[in-house]
Amino acid sequence: MRRKWSEQIHFNLMLLPGMLLILIFTIWPMGGIVLAFKHFIPTKGIWHSPWTGWENYSFVFDTPVALRVFKNTVIIALMKIAFGFLIPIVFALMLHELRFQWFKRVVQTIVYLPHFLSWVLLAGILRDLFAVDGIINQMLHSLFGTEQIMFMGDNFWFRTIIVGSDIWKEFGFGTIIYLAALTGINPSLYEAADIDGATRMQKLKYVTLPGIATTIVLVGTLSLQNVLNAGFDQIFNLYNTLVYDSSDIIDTYVFRSGIEEGHYEIGTAIGLMKSAVSFVLIIFSYSLASRFANYRIF
Amino acid sequence: MVRNTTPGAKAAEAVLVILLALISFSSLFPIIHNLAISFSMPAKAMAGFVTVFPKGFTIESYKKLYEDSVFFSSFWVSVKRVVVTCAISFFISLLMSYPLSRSVREFKLRNVYMWLLVFSMMFNGGLIPFYLVVRQMHLMNNFWVLVLPMLVNVFNVILIVNYFRSIPKELDESAAMDGAGPWYKAFRIYMPLSMPVLATTTLFLIVTVWNEFMLGLIFINHESGIPLQTYMQQLVVRIDPTLMQSLEDVKRLASVSDKTLGAAKIFASMLPIMLVYPFLQRFFISGIMLGSVKE
Repeated sequence: MRRKWSEQIHFNLMLLPGMLLILIFTIWPMGGIVLAFKHFIPTKGIWHSPWTGWENYSFVFDTPVALRVFKNTVIIALMKIAFGFLIPIVFALMLHELRFQWFKRVVQTIVYLPHFLSWVLLAGILRDLFAVDGIINQMLHSLFGTEQIMFMGDNFWFRTIIVGSDIWKEFGFGTIIYLAALTGINPSLYEAADIDGATRMQKLKYVTLPGIATTIVLVGTLSLQNVLNAGFDQIFNLYNTLVYDSSDIIDTYVFRSGIEEGHYEIGTAIGLMKSAVSFVLIIFSYSLASRFANYRIF
Repeated sequence: MVRNTTPGAKAAEAVLVILLALISFSSLFPIIHNLAISFSMPAKAMAGFVTVFPKGFTIESYKKLYEDSVFFSSFWVSVKRVVVTCAISFFISLLMSYPLSRSVREFKLRNVYMWLLVFSMMFNGGLIPFYLVVRQMHLMNNFWVLVLPMLVNVFNVILIVNYFRSIPKELDESAAMDGAGPWYKAFRIYMPLSMPVLATTTLFLIVTVWNEFMLGLIFINHESGIPLQTYMQQLVVRIDPTLMQSLEDVKRLASVSDKTLGAAKIFASMLPIMLVYPFLQRFFISGIMLGSVKE
């Protein structure tokens, strides 16, 4: 019995360093959310600053910015979720239909790569590609004779580029989970279908798709948690004042008002709202995923 | 499988190959274009003649890059940061994962810790409280502010925990019979058996840490301490001609408008990722699937 007890202590000791870091960098800042209901006075610190109730929120909602950033966040995130959900499925099926294994591997190697590159660097490249005198404008001009388009300064085009470039970066990586599910399909099902004279489309419909149905449901339900994540890294590195109307999102607004302008209460208040809604979304998406795709985190 | 060789099927196959080749090309095009610019003559790059191949091949931009001391100092900060973070995180994650992979019967508080971890993954106080906490700890302008917040990656820990749980219990029990304690078991039995998943999590962490720019941006004010991605962020991205305010800005723009040098810097910053990419590719597919191995 004594040995068992000392083992418990050792288990706790092993967890100590990691838990300490979580406590400091994740749990402790959660206490800081009280700032959303206070008027921050730097010399007094968070705890001794006076309470203001819902004042910060009423301030936020009195400005048109709140509605704008919320609308932009949801629209951009939903577009990314929709296309980012469909395209990897189609692409995985295309790869699956391919017979040349070496070509398949080459394609996979290439399309996974952008996922691992940072938005900082990709933004540098994209800004250059879509610049007024950039290669895209020149190609369009020589092909269709179009005038120069100010892609990065136009609200319609900019949002399109945001969604498009996110799909471009992530679709390849998104196929991995489907390709793994596809290799799990029993080959004898295809053989049986062949003997029964099934066409390619019939095999796709009756063997392949049912084989990855659970995975499709899983990915779909889990993606719901990102309804408020429109992609800070990407937008922060690509946007400019001209396109705030279409692409200023919650996260970028929190950064600007909080870090750059020093309105800590406002930044905290909006951030808290986002965290709270996201929390509900995560619980919702996990419960859907566990019900319909038998998903468990651990 | 019976091979379908009708002309229609062959045409479909050909269309598929062409389509996939085009998609692959578009995945790579921005990167190739950037590489081509970095090897081109500045005048030709500015005039927009460059698409896939360099025009007027020259390594001039890389020579200039070689003399850029700020680039190299931030590159070095990033390398140091990746090495230190990954080394410490390896042990912290391993140590956390072993007790968490025990059953509740063996480790009474297991679920308490587990829920704390999951909660910390699902909810956060937002950027501003985090910023204030770090400032309060006097970590501003300190190298460790780039390391400490990145040490525990809950997703990676859960991946390792799930892997540990797939290791037969008998191994643990027989080691315990021979008198092995938890530390011995974690380091001498579980660690060697879990190299695939530990390699996966480490490689993912390398990429995450290398690409992270925010901590350097908000917590480090002096040029010599910022990591590479933060340097690149300030250099390539944050300069907005419509917001030019000072002469300083204009001067910075002038040096940046050296398009070929910018492209060279971008490519050089990608290089470490490209170097680990072959290893990554070998591991990440299995790594992602490892997470789904459950009791």
